[in-house]
Amino acid sequence: METFAFYLFSILIAGLFLVTVLSRNVLYAMTSLAAGMVLISGLFFILGADFLGVVQLIVYVGAVMALYAFGMMFFDATGVVKERNTPALLVFLLGGLSAVMLVVIFAAPAIGSHVTPSFRTPQGVDNPHAVGLVLFTKYLVPFEVAAVMLLVAMIAGIILAGKKMDTSLSKISDGEESQAAGKEER
Amino acid sequence: MIGLSHYLILAAILFAIGIVGVIRRKNLLMLFFATEIMLNAANIAFAAISSYTGDLGGQMFAFFIIAVAASEVAVGLGLLILIYRKYGTLDLDNFTMLKG
Repeated sequence: METFAFYLFSILIAGLFLVTVLSRNVLYAMTSLAAGMVLISGLFFILGADFLGVVQLIVYVGAVMALYAFGMMFFDATGVVKERNTPALLVFLLGGLSAVMLVVIFAAPAIGSHVTPSFRTPQGVDNPHAVGLVLFTKYLVPFEVAAVMLLVAMIAGIILAGKKMDTSLSKISDGEESQAAGKEER
Repeated sequence: MIGLSHYLILAAILFAIGIVGVIRRKNLLMLFFATEIMLNAANIAFAAISSYTGDLGGQMFAFFIIAVAASEVAVGLGLLILIYRKYGTLDLDNFTMLKG
């Protein structure tokens, strides 16, 4: 059963991501990317990483994809993307070579050596409980730093996508702002 | 039975798909999609190693990768919107003003 699920998921994920990479339509690419993310969370559930799978569903499929869909409203994305592509043969040669190299790099140490855990999974508790135990003891400082990073990213996103990007926000006084708004209305 | 190397090879294949996307696409939004694919491939490898060795560190790294990806999308999409407002296109070939 696990074998069947793994092969089904991996074939579907690879196919969907190939659609993402090769499609000329931004909407198709985004939709297949979202579907691939959902199936990747299925892989996490097979691996027993329940909490990671749920986070993958919420953050990637929920937040990131919604953000992309929102961003696509700014770009004229309904049509076909016009691109001047590099030669396909060169691309597939380079991509294939890096694929072979990556498979060798990934598979060689994992097959050869015995990896020993440095911080063993707590026994007798389910996965979200164990994640909480480890995250708030050993990884507390990176957790806080990640929180600060998300805050910085949120402020940066608001500032970058906000209005009046052609002038400095600190130089606009209230009177000028209403004047500018009046100009836009006319 | 599925072993660890199955998952690692799947992660490598997905990473290679992402690399093909980064090499091939000229649209900035598509480059972002390809980056997401590569980050997800790394996540799969981390989760698989974490599960097969009984060490939760891999899952922790996957969480932090997800956090980094989320903030990258937030900042990157803001920059994309700025670029689109200024130049009216997202084609990479138009952004060659730095060439000597």
